[in-house]
Amino acid sequence: METFAIELKKFSYSFGNGYVLDSLAFKIKAGEYVSVVGPNGSGKTTLLKNIVGILKGSGSINVLGRDIVHYSRRDLAKNIAYVPQSDGRSYPFQVREFILMSKYPYLNPFSRYGSRYELEVERALESVHMTGFKTRFMNMLSSGERQKIMICASLVQNAKILLLDEPTTFLDPKHEEEINSILKKYNREKKITIFAVSHNINSAVLLSDRILSLKNGRVVYCGEARGFTEQSVLRSVYEKEFKLFDHPEKGVKMVLPEAVD
Amino acid sequence: MSERNKKSVIIALLIASIAALFVVPLLGISDIPIKVLLERSVEDKNYSIYWNIRLPRALLAFMVGAILSLCGMVYQAIFRNPLTTPFTLGISSGAAFGAVAFIIFGSEIAFLGLAKTYLSAFLGAILSVLLLYLLMRIKGGFSTFIMLLAGVAINFIFSSLILFLQYIADYTKVFHTYRWLMGNLGTYGFEKTATLFPFFIIGSFVILVFNKELNLMLLGEDLAVSRGLDTDRFKLFMFLLCSVMVGASVSLCGIIGFVGMVAPHISRLIIGSNHRYLAPASLLFGGCFMVICDLISRKIVPPSEIPIGIITALLGGPLFIWLLIRRGSNMMSF
Repeated sequence: METFAIELKKFSYSFGNGYVLDSLAFKIKAGEYVSVVGPNGSGKTTLLKNIVGILKGSGSINVLGRDIVHYSRRDLAKNIAYVPQSDGRSYPFQVREFILMSKYPYLNPFSRYGSRYELEVERALESVHMTGFKTRFMNMLSSGERQKIMICASLVQNAKILLLDEPTTFLDPKHEEEINSILKKYNREKKITIFAVSHNINSAVLLSDRILSLKNGRVVYCGEARGFTEQSVLRSVYEKEFKLFDHPEKGVKMVLPEAVD
Repeated sequence: MSERNKKSVIIALLIASIAALFVVPLLGISDIPIKVLLERSVEDKNYSIYWNIRLPRALLAFMVGAILSLCGMVYQAIFRNPLTTPFTLGISSGAAFGAVAFIIFGSEIAFLGLAKTYLSAFLGAILSVLLLYLLMRIKGGFSTFIMLLAGVAINFIFSSLILFLQYIADYTKVFHTYRWLMGNLGTYGFEKTATLFPFFIIGSFVILVFNKELNLMLLGEDLAVSRGLDTDRFKLFMFLLCSVMVGASVSLCGIIGFVGMVAPHISRLIIGSNHRYLAPASLLFGGCFMVICDLISRKIVPPSEIPIGIITALLGGPLFIWLLIRRGSNMMSF
């Protein structure tokens, strides 16, 4: 029997009187790159927060074949790393200290972040071309640099699954491309399962193996990434028509930005 | 600041604390010549004043300062709020209510009665903790926001009850309650010091051990949870630990304000926000600061003593503003 990286069965999450997530059921294979798209308020962030254990709903969420309620916090953190939506929150730590904190699940109460972990931090910073930033303060970084450090920290956590909430929102095209290529590289080379919320349909189609789309807390599409940019699928998700064009190299349909008069 | 420099700052604070603990008792309304100690002049009354009055008082001041500073640091980290103090959650007003109720309704205020005031204050502190704990249990979680607001509400309730008790009591007892509320380190012998010692040593040790968890709390609860910290359990544990420490301190010495908010901030401005260094720095700075404040309170208008709470605010306020201007606020963001 195949063990899935993430598997939801009849999972619901309610807040107040209404359901934010309503009877979700889907499976994500190990090593897949899946983008989660959908209109604002469709429950994408809530879904991620439930999988990582920040929120608690009803039904079951299995991670690598085991229900998350049977994981200790530390064990879950060894399997899932999470990069939350950028909220401009300031972290009063050096880059090095911030990344080292990702090793928390591997430490016992009396141990310290030792030199072995310092080496890991250096290697991770090298891999994102940010070696010179080690002793800089997180508060002094630009949005792009900060986001790269957030992703770098999540990679140092050595988890098999990476959950990302809009990792490239607010970034310029250069930083967006850099971050996307880092994620793709780790997905291909280290077989890390990536489950990323995105509002950029084109990036999602180009990067992902599959796309999961939510609307009003329900799954409205879960399938091959290239199948998402069909007019009928897009209309059912966003309730509007899109102008589409073919990507010159990849041969997949892309969404054309609308001109506004 | 490099790691090495941070360690040097902690060593300097440790040396300053040890020096303060043993030198400050030599100073007071009348200074004690050091030769009295060196020559072990047991028959000299200064020898007895040093060992039985001033040294226990300096040790008590150090422990109270360290407890308030450490607990202030913990609350500021778990609530991610720079204005939080060890008294924000209502522990001090619970203790004050216990003490005031005993002073007004209890018998035998002198001698043994004093010990009962401590006990009553401690029970008041525990009552406020239980009240907050029950509220959070009914609410079904330890939301930081709700906890803070509930704490503020409990503070108001106990403060009103204190005012009510003072309104119905006679003037001598009301004056007695005011004196208690101003904070008092006065002690003879090691009784108070020894009572507070286990709270200080065990509590401080636990807080120093949990420095990694306190750092994670500064990242916000979402990131802390995703990195493996059970934030609800940690907050509850820290809340109970600090409540007992602060409750013990307030019961024995009354409400000494300001140090619990400002001492961790000053330490943070000097050494940064990493709790591996910040926790020992806050402990030592808070302790040292209180010993110095106590000395000033005894020296400034002899032979009377100014309540120490006035000195902590008068000395700590300008020092904090000076550091803020000099170092900027970017080092202490929450």
